[in-house]
Amino acid sequence: MPQIGTLARVSTYWAVAAAAFRQYSTYRLATAAGVFTNSVFGLIRASILFAAITTAGGELSGYTIAQAATYVWLGQALLAPIEAFGTREVSQRVHQGDVAIDLLRPISFLGLYYAQKLGRSAFLLLGRGIPPMLIGALLTGLALPEDPWSYPLGMLSLLLAITVAFLADMLVNLTAFWLLETRGLTVVYTALMNLLSGLLIPIVWFPDWLLAIARATPFPSMLQTPIDTLSGRIPPLEALPLLGVQLGWIALLALAASAMLRAGVRSVEVQGG
Amino acid sequence: MAERSRPDLADRPVSTVRMVLTLYGSRLRSQASFRTSFIADVLGQALIVSVEFLELWVILSQVGVLGGMTLTQVAVVYGLGALAFGIADMFFGEIDGLSAQIRSGKLEVLLIRPVPMLLQISSLDLSLRRIGRIAVGLVMYVAALTIAGFEPSAATLLLAVTAPLAGALLFGALFTIAGAMQFWLIEGREFANAFTYGGNYVATTPGAVFALPMRAFFTFVVPATLVAYAPTLALLDLPGPALIPAWSGWLGLPAAVLAWIVAGALWRAGVRRYTGAGG
Repeated sequence: MPQIGTLARVSTYWAVAAAAFRQYSTYRLATAAGVFTNSVFGLIRASILFAAITTAGGELSGYTIAQAATYVWLGQALLAPIEAFGTREVSQRVHQGDVAIDLLRPISFLGLYYAQKLGRSAFLLLGRGIPPMLIGALLTGLALPEDPWSYPLGMLSLLLAITVAFLADMLVNLTAFWLLETRGLTVVYTALMNLLSGLLIPIVWFPDWLLAIARATPFPSMLQTPIDTLSGRIPPLEALPLLGVQLGWIALLALAASAMLRAGVRSVEVQGG
Repeated sequence: MAERSRPDLADRPVSTVRMVLTLYGSRLRSQASFRTSFIADVLGQALIVSVEFLELWVILSQVGVLGGMTLTQVAVVYGLGALAFGIADMFFGEIDGLSAQIRSGKLEVLLIRPVPMLLQISSLDLSLRRIGRIAVGLVMYVAALTIAGFEPSAATLLLAVTAPLAGALLFGALFTIAGAMQFWLIEGREFANAFTYGGNYVATTPGAVFALPMRAFFTFVVPATLVAYAPTLALLDLPGPALIPAWSGWLGLPAAVLAWIVAGALWRAGVRRYTGAGG
């Protein structure tokens, strides 16, 4: 295998990420459609939470109307960049055998897809993240963080969340080495994501047993943590341990993904090709 | 035109009913034959519906009443909405794949066959796995109605039975409109999700939680509140909020008929507009 210098490797990943960014930026109508749909869902979700908070007397488990609005609109904004509903590209490439080409490339398999994901997410954050926030600010108002440190820390937490979601989604996709049909697993993954990530309702509203289950999974690290950090609902100092939890999940999931990839590659070789 | 098309119909080797049964029957048999994958899919669908209800359950365990309804009453709304959407989703849910067929020019194959295109698409893409959603919705609807103290009279019993079907018809029309829109907005198919899946979200929620402009939109333009919320008010004899009186529970069927008139017109206009991709 030819040795590639660090600089060349970084520029390769950069080129891959930039290409993914450009690829997504060409779908303008699809982006507009996504923003529209995200915003309608945001309005429906906000209505349900507002009704609950109003019934509870203006505050429910630490959420006021303004905080609930911020929570809903940040969630709608981050759905697309995090790709909360999973992707199927890698599993399809495994099934079709195209994965062999990816493995032949002189850069790491996970690195290649991570660079693509970052490029895609960067576009989705700008194109599909910012418009729903503006619409939310106009229609329901937003609560802004008091501490300016919430912004950089929130962006860091978002980057970590995108990484956690990438790795967890990769684990689901890599089961394609052994399973003939991964759709059932994707459906279960999406259902768990909906519930445990804090997408539909803040996880602190859960009864204790469900909260304990949620905290034992990586799902809150994908959505609830960046939302809480960015919105300032959790002040920067208290958010630091949560970012530590995100880092822990990244380490664990990265180990699992590379182990699965190694085992998967061996099983492909056994079948021949 | 009519004069000419009638002999064609008489020349057909099979009757329309026979054709419909054959088309759907073949799809059902083929999907049920991959048993493990099929069962996993059905369970997955059932899990999704249950998880979505957990959202409402968690909220109601905190506040007791949502949009003027208790947990049992909300469960009636949710079960009825999920049942109606599940039936429509099974027959028309895959219609949003139409844009891919339009883009690749595969629609010609469907156009030259002597079977209505909508029937072909509906049967080709029939997804039996959606039965998971239907089953959970049905169980929840019946159980919650019983617990909520539903006292059936002849009229309300009729409403209880027809409401899921009227709702399914309404969602079927929404899916068809969404499919027809793709003849114009090939890349923008996600627009339609706001009204189909968004409509499902609204339908499974007590309508009183929505502020007046939204409530009006989802009652008079996209009549999602008439699918489950309004019939539940009528069935359980509850007072309705502004814009959705209890008697509007009977309006599901007329609304579905209106929606199908729009859907039919849009669909025919879309098919006429389709020019193919060559080949």
